[in-house]
Amino acid sequence: MAERAIATGTSLLSAKGISAGYGREPVIEDVSLEIRPGEFVALVGPNGSGKSTLLHVLLGSMEPAAGTVRLFGEAPDRFHARWRLGFVPQRPTLESEVPATVREIVSSGRLRQRGWWRRQSETDRTAIDHAISSVGLAEVADRPLNELSVGQQQRAFIARAFASEPDLLVLDEPIAGVDRASQRRFRESLVHLQREHGAGVLLVSHELSAVSDVIDRVIVLKRRVLFDGSPAELASSGVSLGIHQDDLPLWLEGLR
Amino acid sequence: MIGALPLPAPLDTADVQRALLACVAVGAFAPTIGAFLVQKRLSLIGDGVGHVAFAGVGLGLLVNIWPVWTALVFAVGGAVGLELLRAKRRVAGDLALALFFYAGIALGVVFAAKAGDLDLETLPYLFGDPLRMSTGGLVAVLVVGAIVAVGIWSLRRVLFAVVSDEGWARVEGLPVDTLGVGLAALTAAVIVSGMKVVGLLLMAALMVLPVASAQLLARSFRQTVWLAALIGLSSAFVGVVVGQVFHLSISGSIVLVAAAVFTVVSLARRSLPAVVKGAAA
Repeated sequence: MAERAIATGTSLLSAKGISAGYGREPVIEDVSLEIRPGEFVALVGPNGSGKSTLLHVLLGSMEPAAGTVRLFGEAPDRFHARWRLGFVPQRPTLESEVPATVREIVSSGRLRQRGWWRRQSETDRTAIDHAISSVGLAEVADRPLNELSVGQQQRAFIARAFASEPDLLVLDEPIAGVDRASQRRFRESLVHLQREHGAGVLLVSHELSAVSDVIDRVIVLKRRVLFDGSPAELASSGVSLGIHQDDLPLWLEGLR
Repeated sequence: MIGALPLPAPLDTADVQRALLACVAVGAFAPTIGAFLVQKRLSLIGDGVGHVAFAGVGLGLLVNIWPVWTALVFAVGGAVGLELLRAKRRVAGDLALALFFYAGIALGVVFAAKAGDLDLETLPYLFGDPLRMSTGGLVAVLVVGAIVAVGIWSLRRVLFAVVSDEGWARVEGLPVDTLGVGLAALTAAVIVSGMKVVGLLLMAALMVLPVASAQLLARSFRQTVWLAALIGLSSAFVGVVVGQVFHLSISGSIVLVAAAVFTVVSLARRSLPAVVKGAAA
């Protein structure tokens, strides 16, 4: 899969020399990365390593102190085809007690693509149904979200990101606390999006076991990029990172 | 002035019929917008805007301008200003909001007292007086109601998306700030339009209580909005009839009916969870 990614064209997302922080001390320093079409990239790092800050900068919700970001070749504030970017926030939940169905939530994901002021078309409805089915929620599509398990709720928010048929999917800790069945479904739906639509995926997660076999590249962040390469290279460079190769899974686990 | 329709007592006079129409309209459109505010976790914003609007009422009385205009300026300014501060995260917590709102009502008291009107003149603004509703006032209520209905209906999907998950909506590039300001301005217009109907202090209750009942019964956001409007409308109708029959305050009766509906619905739901879930499955 790594070969396929390298063979493909322009980058979906690129960052060069990013430094950013909230005070004088930078939270991330001189971070560069790139995601190409069809590529599945996992971003890992311990708590406080700057993953969230980096995501804010990459998605354009925070200005970096230094460096440049390009989303589909555009600066984030000039990037208007936002529907090409699907985003699943960390532990998204509806805080309110007002019931909302899976279909209502997923329909929101289609707004940017069709123009939020336009009526829903047949194509929109098909895309919404497809997104719901691809995460295995077709049978509960019209049930309120607060009646579903945490895993099902999480999948509804993933389907919301799928609904715009994005070229790049960014997921922030999407499977934290999710049951095994949902994790399996999650993996299948990501693979489906990546293979069927050739989308790139940036997954920020501590729990890579569910998707370990489909990851093309791992980026290890701890203020700076400590490593950027294939999982196999990470395994072999475990020693140079100061960790014995056999301890690598444990080390990744220890990044929690 | 239009003559009275042939309705049975106590709805047989023109002033009661105007009051009934105004109350039923406010009862329907206040919770329609309220559903989006509750979803945004801003249930108490209506209360706060009512306090700020009172400063406008006081100023209107002081400088001899129709207080509805000055209340509207204060309410829209307050609601929009607050939304902008909230969106930029410049307002930290409830305390700042409390300061803002209580300063509003205190300013209203100071203005009204200075005008020598801090008594019977200000009470209808605070607690409503639908029986003294003029035809012009009724038309204003109906116009605001129509604007709310059309605005909410045409923006329902994007408003739902934005109030449900603001952070995600920003990343998606949805017009979060514009819609936030629009919703705030509409909220202020609703509060002021209901000022002479159920009063500034009770409008917020009518925006939220029917939504609280509806969310216990509904199975989707769309159902919640419709059901909240229906409960609000029915509470207003029953409130007017009860108020007239038993010689009680109409605005107080409406809100008490809405509160009673919520109590009954929540008790019924608590005691019959299996039935409700079974019916839902």
